[in-house]
Amino acid sequence: MTALLIENVSKSYGPLETVCDVSLHLAAGERLALLGHNGAGKTTLMRMVLGLTPLTSGKIEVLGVAPGSRAARRAIGFLPESVAFHGALTGREQLHHFARLKSVKASVADDFLERVGLTHAMNRKIRTYSKGMRQRIGLAQALLGQPKLAVLDEPTSGLDPISRHEFYDIVDDLAKAGTAVLLSSHALTDLETRTDRIAIMSKGRLLANDSLMSLRKSAGLPIKVQVTATEATADQVAQRLGGQRINGCTITLNVQQEGKVALLGEIASLGNLVKDIDVTPASLEDLYRHYSTADQEGT
Amino acid sequence: MMSVFAIVRLELLIARRNMWVATSLILMGLFSSVLTLAGGAPTGTLGVDPLLVAVTSITTLSVYLVPLIGLLLSFDSIAGEAERGTLALSLTYPVSRGEILLGKFLAHLMVLGFAVAVGLALTAGLTIWKYGAADLSYLPLLKLFATSLALGAAFLGIGYCVSALVRQASTASGIVIIIWLVCVVLYDLGLLGALVADSGGYFTKTVFPWLLIANPADAFRLINMPAETVSTLASGLGAAGPTIGLASPLVSLLLWPVMALFLAWLAFRRVEP
Ligand SMILES: Nc1ncnc2c1ncn2[C@@H]1O[C@H](COP(=O)(O)OP(=O)(O)OP(=O)(O)O)[C@@H](O)[C@H]1O
Ligand SMILES: [Mg+2]
Repeated sequence: MTALLIENVSKSYGPLETVCDVSLHLAAGERLALLGHNGAGKTTLMRMVLGLTPLTSGKIEVLGVAPGSRAARRAIGFLPESVAFHGALTGREQLHHFARLKSVKASVADDFLERVGLTHAMNRKIRTYSKGMRQRIGLAQALLGQPKLAVLDEPTSGLDPISRHEFYDIVDDLAKAGTAVLLSSHALTDLETRTDRIAIMSKGRLLANDSLMSLRKSAGLPIKVQVTATEATADQVAQRLGGQRINGCTITLNVQQEGKVALLGEIASLGNLVKDIDVTPASLEDLYRHYSTADQEGT
Repeated sequence: MMSVFAIVRLELLIARRNMWVATSLILMGLFSSVLTLAGGAPTGTLGVDPLLVAVTSITTLSVYLVPLIGLLLSFDSIAGEAERGTLALSLTYPVSRGEILLGKFLAHLMVLGFAVAVGLALTAGLTIWKYGAADLSYLPLLKLFATSLALGAAFLGIGYCVSALVRQASTASGIVIIIWLVCVVLYDLGLLGALVADSGGYFTKTVFPWLLIANPADAFRLINMPAETVSTLASGLGAAGPTIGLASPLVSLLLWPVMALFLAWLAFRRVEP
């Protein structure tokens, strides 16, 4: 089932075109990460999905209905990029309020407070919360009521490494329960294993939209192989493999996917001239750089 | 409907910890007590209902305080929430803008009603303590309470209007203070000036009464100051009281909240969070 359908959507603020002919679709249980430089149009796209701002052209459907309609809003959970809850309220009061708006029981809201690790601070004023704790309140409210579509704008900003990990565990659980997750992030390393699909935006355009594997394939970025030899054998190994020696005993080689197995066989045949091998496929960061600079060269 | 209650509840929680609310409660209580204790003494012996005298002086006070409280409660409601980002978030919940506005209005009206009720209860209590409970007429007190609510509601609506029309809460607060000054101070001064210049001509007889009624603060004053005390207690402005009657100020006072809230809703609908 399609949870979110975005078709040829554009948005202009006066002469400034901030989203330009973007098409995307998101199935139930799918996790899509939206990447892009500051001002690429990620937040604008999300605001259109939520019905907070009208489209200039194109069409968006949330679970088959118009964005911003009551039915759509009932099925959505949203974590804004920056939100300042009223400092005079306690975290618990604030979350219970949102629970009431979504007709969710207060006890369920308390469970979510536990889930995001705020139980110990729930009766304290939000004014006294740290940045990450505020972010968790936002996260907890986005999870209320089993949303069919979760729109999370930079959900991990302000979270410490362990919390980021826990956050993606929550996202996994959501996806398993059938929630489609659309999230944006600048923290690329977290995303690699925790999303199904990556969409890269630049200057309002969608440059890429595929799984990490397919992105790697179509980018054709080489795989980096690092061979560690000893001081004595390094030169010999470098000569035999044709790589570049980067320090006393390490040689790096770049190889395309097709040549990987052959190269590894060759290295293995060197026997005990080699002490260690490291194989690193192109990281998401490499891919991101590849796609965004390819765009700049094109224009 | 449940969402309206949820919003009322949240706004009441916020109001409980709001500095403005605490301040207005204290002001209301303090002034009511002082006016009741100080104002009653000389007339009490003349056979005039001491409660009526107190009500008259508290009306003068309420004309200033009630609009101020209404505006202070409302100016942040939309612009402030839009600035903080909570408005955008609220609007992704299944709740309409009308419900949000209604919820806030009901909560703020309760707060205002509470402040006025505290002041009037103090007045009634102190009067009874001073003069005994016999022969007191409570009707003016109830009338003052009801019209204070209407006056407060009008200025709440005006505050929401301003809050929906500007982008920043700080701008809204400035505009709201100007509106307060104009409505409760400058407007009357202007009318007074015009009256003096006109000296009983066409303006005084035909335009002036309507202008007086059109301002909710003046309509409020006209309703609560009985004709016989108006001429003695109020300045030249009250002189028009007898010719105006009660009906038209009452209509004005009831129309204002409805109109202001409707306009606020129209303005709020156009806000992009
Ligand atoms: N209300 C607005 N009026 C005018 N321009 C706007 C408005 N909102 C956004 N923009 C412009 O739209 C562009 C995209 O902004 P957007 O917030 O979508 O970027 P983003 O991808 O979310 O960036 P970031 O990573 O910094 O959050 C920016 O150039 C911004 O200036
Ligand atoms: Mg953004």
